[in-house]
Amino acid sequence: MSFVTPEIAWAPLAPIIVVLGAAAIGILVESFVRTPATRRAAQLGLSLVALIGAAGVAVVQWAGLEGAGTEVLAGMLTVDRQALAWQIVILVFGALGALLFAARTRAGEEAFTSLGSVAPGSTEETLARRKGMQVTEVFPLALFAVGGMMLFTSVTDLVFLFVALELFSLPLYILVALARRRRMLSHEGALKYFLLGAFSSALFLFGAALLYGATGSASLTGIADGIATVSGLDPLILGGAVLVVVGLLFKLGAVPFHSWTPDAYQGAPTPVTAFMGAATKAAATAALIRVSYEAFYGLTWELSWLFWAVAIASMLLGTVVALVQTDLKRMLAYSSVAHAGFILVAFAGFPEATLAALPFYLLAYGLATLGAFAVITQVRERSDDGTVLGEATRLGQWAGLGKRSPLLAGAMALFLLSFAGIPLTAGFVGKFVAFAAAISEGAWPLVLVAVIASAAAAFFYVRLIVLMFFTDVPDGQEEAIEVDYSPLARVVVVITAAAVVLLGVVPGPVLSAFENAAVLLIGSAG
Amino acid sequence: MDPVNFVILASILFAIGSAAVLLRRNAIVAFMGVELMLNAANLALVAFARIHGEIDGQVMAFFVMVVAAAEVVVGLAIIIAVFRARQTISLDEPAELKG
Repeated sequence: MSFVTPEIAWAPLAPIIVVLGAAAIGILVESFVRTPATRRAAQLGLSLVALIGAAGVAVVQWAGLEGAGTEVLAGMLTVDRQALAWQIVILVFGALGALLFAARTRAGEEAFTSLGSVAPGSTEETLARRKGMQVTEVFPLALFAVGGMMLFTSVTDLVFLFVALELFSLPLYILVALARRRRMLSHEGALKYFLLGAFSSALFLFGAALLYGATGSASLTGIADGIATVSGLDPLILGGAVLVVVGLLFKLGAVPFHSWTPDAYQGAPTPVTAFMGAATKAAATAALIRVSYEAFYGLTWELSWLFWAVAIASMLLGTVVALVQTDLKRMLAYSSVAHAGFILVAFAGFPEATLAALPFYLLAYGLATLGAFAVITQVRERSDDGTVLGEATRLGQWAGLGKRSPLLAGAMALFLLSFAGIPLTAGFVGKFVAFAAAISEGAWPLVLVAVIASAAAAFFYVRLIVLMFFTDVPDGQEEAIEVDYSPLARVVVVITAAAVVLLGVVPGPVLSAFENAAVLLIGSAG
Repeated sequence: MDPVNFVILASILFAIGSAAVLLRRNAIVAFMGVELMLNAANLALVAFARIHGEIDGQVMAFFVMVVAAAEVVVGLAIIIAVFRARQTISLDEPAELKG
């Protein structure tokens, strides 16, 4: 028996290889650079160079792409403009996330624990902190996650998609567990995120196995062909398709698969929440688009009830539960559930316009998420003797922030207005194009619910703005809050705020770029 | 023996696994449920490969095994960290996050 060496077109994979290669180098840096301060600087530099470099390579590829795109690894992976657009979006989130990971408070406190393996409050923990140990592995872990997400956007084989799903999920589970303060909370969030994430990927995999059984192929195009040729409704096909979609909806955080979202968002270190909230949603949406449009197009009618029901449930539950939250991170988590619903609205009837609308929606949403959580890292509690503690995430603690720091509060207000979809912010344009896509397929009842939910959601965003600007600092609490200053976090706030305004006022260039990217390469059946 | 029987067995194992994840309160047992689900998927892949008379499904099963092993590493690390902090791994016990 002779083996034929497979021919692999490496060039189209360049952005992914750069990121994953940098992650491997980051692991080596971890072993060979001994002083924590140098290691941290080296890791941050390496991450930024890799992420921005990969984004540059992706842009060059996009400009030079002939036809719809390229098939790599015998059709297991397609690099088309849609995939490149998503990869660039994720790389932008990754670079902003890396800046937040490296941000330190004025007192030099990290967002991450000094040693993840020791128990909270133990003597070992105190010792590790005194020795100045730092968990700089977070940078390579984030790079692995970014690489996995980039693969997730372009893979066209369900089993390979499962591998990419785990490649980006596993580092995120670890990152969630590494908070410096409130470590029990962080552990608990990580445990729930891990168990539900593993459960959802198992559902996804079993769905993929059923589809392979029914159609004899695990590739998206092969499954599409199988769906077209099988006469009647094969229960294997329908069951498999529902399981695969449910697995992806878990990652998107849509109701009723959202139960990990609030815990993971609240427990995770805030920089991780920012990165995870922005990038995971983008990757999950990209994969859901590819799977729906390439494999399940023939099941549009059978699957639409699922998308409709989940979209409506997510919008209503996310909005209603966010109204009663008292913790800021938890409130933003439920708002992300509502946003998962808005994203799913664009899937009603699988319209073409979705391919251009959702990258913009996710870009706008992710930038505002990164910015909002970057602001949260800057507002901290202060104890009676003046030491700065952890982040002040109770809503009441934000009263009067506008007087303490008008710029920070103004940026937060901008991000909240963008979440709410107020005109002249990026969020408005995102919602507009997403809902217009759904209207084009006649899903106006769904859009009606979405508009009502947006209006209701505006209430709790505006409530926080009122709290920040029009409420006085409670008596005796003047010294209880410290507005921290971390240059890196401030850079992220400035970049995201500028981008949110820019995308809201002149969305044209970015929108037309994404319209250019609204092409999926439908490969030959594998 | 008809390979369809193996598919039925895989479905039963998958159902047992998901019941364990959703019903058991011990993190290790819930995690074992996840592993059972992954192995059920493996069995289904191999059985379907036999039905189709090709080896693609068997190759996929290898990928799944590697990923499942990586998942065990991460999962047990998190469970041990929780155990060190609280001396228990009951999923009812950690109740600081609510609402």
